[in-house]
Amino acid sequence: MPEPFKLILKNLDEPGFTPDIGCYQRHGGYEALKRALAMPARDLPDGKKLSPQEALREDVKASGLRGRGGAGFSAGLKWSFVDRRSGKPIYLICNADESEPGTFKDRQILHKDPHQLIEGMILSCWANDVKLAYIYIRGEMPVAAKLLNQALKEARAAGFLGKNILGTGYDLEIHVHRGAGAYICGEETGLIESLEGKRAYPRIKPPYFPAVLGLYMCPTIVNNVETLCHVKHIVLMGPTEYAKLGTPNNTGTRIVSLSGDVQKPGYYEIQVGRVTLGELIFDPNFGGGLKPGRTLKAIIPGGSSSKVLKAGEVFKLNRKGADGQMTKVDVSLLDLPYDFDSLQQAGTMSGSSAVIVLDDSRSMVQTLGNLSEFYAHESCGQCTPCREGALWLSKATHRLCNGEGRKADADYLTHIAQNIQGRTICAFGEAAAWPVLSFVKKFRDEFEAQGAADEAAQAKSPGTSSPKSSDPHSAAGSLQTH
Amino acid sequence: MSFSVPASLEAELDELTTHYPVQRSASLMFLHALQEHFGYISKDAVEWTARKLGLQPINVYELVTFYPMFRQEPLGKTHIKVCRTLSCSLAGSAELRERFCTRLGLDPHAHASQTTPDGQFTVEFVECLASCGTAPVVLVNEDLHHKVGTAEADAILKQGQKA
Ligand SMILES: Cc1cc2nc3c(=O)[nH]c(=O)nc-3n(C[C@H](O)[C@H](O)[C@H](O)COP(=O)(O)O)c2cc1C
Ligand code: SF4
Ligand code: FES
Repeated sequence: MPEPFKLILKNLDEPGFTPDIGCYQRHGGYEALKRALAMPARDLPDGKKLSPQEALREDVKASGLRGRGGAGFSAGLKWSFVDRRSGKPIYLICNADESEPGTFKDRQILHKDPHQLIEGMILSCWANDVKLAYIYIRGEMPVAAKLLNQALKEARAAGFLGKNILGTGYDLEIHVHRGAGAYICGEETGLIESLEGKRAYPRIKPPYFPAVLGLYMCPTIVNNVETLCHVKHIVLMGPTEYAKLGTPNNTGTRIVSLSGDVQKPGYYEIQVGRVTLGELIFDPNFGGGLKPGRTLKAIIPGGSSSKVLKAGEVFKLNRKGADGQMTKVDVSLLDLPYDFDSLQQAGTMSGSSAVIVLDDSRSMVQTLGNLSEFYAHESCGQCTPCREGALWLSKATHRLCNGEGRKADADYLTHIAQNIQGRTICAFGEAAAWPVLSFVKKFRDEFEAQGAADEAAQAKSPGTSSPKSSDPHSAAGSLQTH
Repeated sequence: MSFSVPASLEAELDELTTHYPVQRSASLMFLHALQEHFGYISKDAVEWTARKLGLQPINVYELVTFYPMFRQEPLGKTHIKVCRTLSCSLAGSAELRERFCTRLGLDPHAHASQTTPDGQFTVEFVECLASCGTAPVVLVNEDLHHKVGTAEADAILKQGQKA
């Protein structure tokens, strides 16, 4: 039976484990930091030497660690892009904005094990010659912000932060910076603008790649909370052992946030790719199955921005055969290994590893209505296709949700979404378009039936839409069917 | 003018500016602190922040209008934020919000945030609060309530009556 694998979550739900530094150190906390900072230079076979900092950067690359925030980009490679010759300071920012709908993994670390993040951050800063770093935490987590400030204070008092860390001459400060309720602050360049005290308007790439022109136009590393925690474990285990966790190219562990129509919603850490979507939903060690009498309808596999998967779908995945040749094999939805590459090959993404399960009691039209409203509300407004398009998408889905739809709305929605993706400054455009494109494509019959039914009803008694029904917040637009 | 920032708060804010190489960066943290103290961001607070950080008032005002957490009027003593987004909606957050509004004599169908005339409560729909596994969730001032059913909703209101 597949089991959860606890690396990042090892301590935080243990009885008696508290967020203070004493408890953290009793559980081996800050040992990785002490070990790394005491490391000698590394001799290479060709006679060259790597400084201990360079060695850690190489180890992170060799570990195969991929970003846990959304894009799944190699952390080691990201670090290698940092412009180290500009003479400008290098900054590191921990992205603790956790706001992709469905995601609630960073919250657990921030509230219950803040020192694990801080240790991972200090290691990452040290490896990258960073002297000043920030934790950008979403505004709606005031309690976690206080806990982090307290933890930073404790780390300073213990000599792990501040001037001359552990007597090595290395100086580092970390500060907590609070957001104020805007989803777009999770996008790394929007986050940087926000940290500069401005509206969180994402910057256009190129030229504003954070590794070159980030915070205050200096080289900047932005990593997710969970990504930074892994650095500590790479130091403790060594990159080779770490890379044995998970599967090739999808190494390590990942915390999956499971919500929606399952018996046991929650956060589950797995070895990447060693557990399937079906196991996550049905296994008693994970979601424990659907509600009694229900069948599976759809899965949103990687946060609300990922493309929806339909029950019964079969995908063609690349598999390496015994002879080393790549072949295509059929893999059904529930057998999809939960990892970066498999979900990408299935035409979607593991994104922020938030799995939202929908059973047969749910209307896909109403579900999309809910999601579209999110994107309409959260567009930062900089680019016309996104600002206007996200609003149109929301209006058109709500029309369908409230008895005022048309049969042509399915095509209309697709048309708008296609005109947003690829035409915007940041990836929010895709995030808003993908749910629409995939919902309408895979559940077209539901959208057309709703539109046709609305047209028929309107033809019978024109002009009878009640004002209440057009309100997206009324329980009439509710997703609950029982 | 009656607007005045207590010396202790000003000292706290002065310390905050030392966290950043560029003063402007402190503006969000200033606004959080001022809103916590005064209950909302007044025009005076905007101008005061701008003066402290060497900015034009518009540089600060545009933050107040952009970031949803900042408000320009006082709100109820108990601020109830009901999560609107998918997982909570699947678990009945629309019905939950209606219940809060109906019980408080507010319009259950109005879109925007609403405050009771006695200033005790504000009810608002917000987007995903990053706790979808315990849906539906409600943030009451700084405290997150999980799996909120009708009994807990009524308890929140009862508690708020006393605030
Ligand atoms: C619209 C949008 C929202 C995002 N929200 C978050 C977020 O809440 N948390 C996060 O870590 N990354 C988020 N990201 C991804 C970040 O831009 C960035 O890729 C990430 O923080 C990098 O960290 P990683 O490489 O460790 O994953 C978002 C991206 C987009 C386009
Ligand atoms: S795509 Fe949307 S969120 Fe991103 S910059 Fe453009 S308007 Fe803003
Ligand atoms: S959907 Fe409500 S907390 Fe995420």
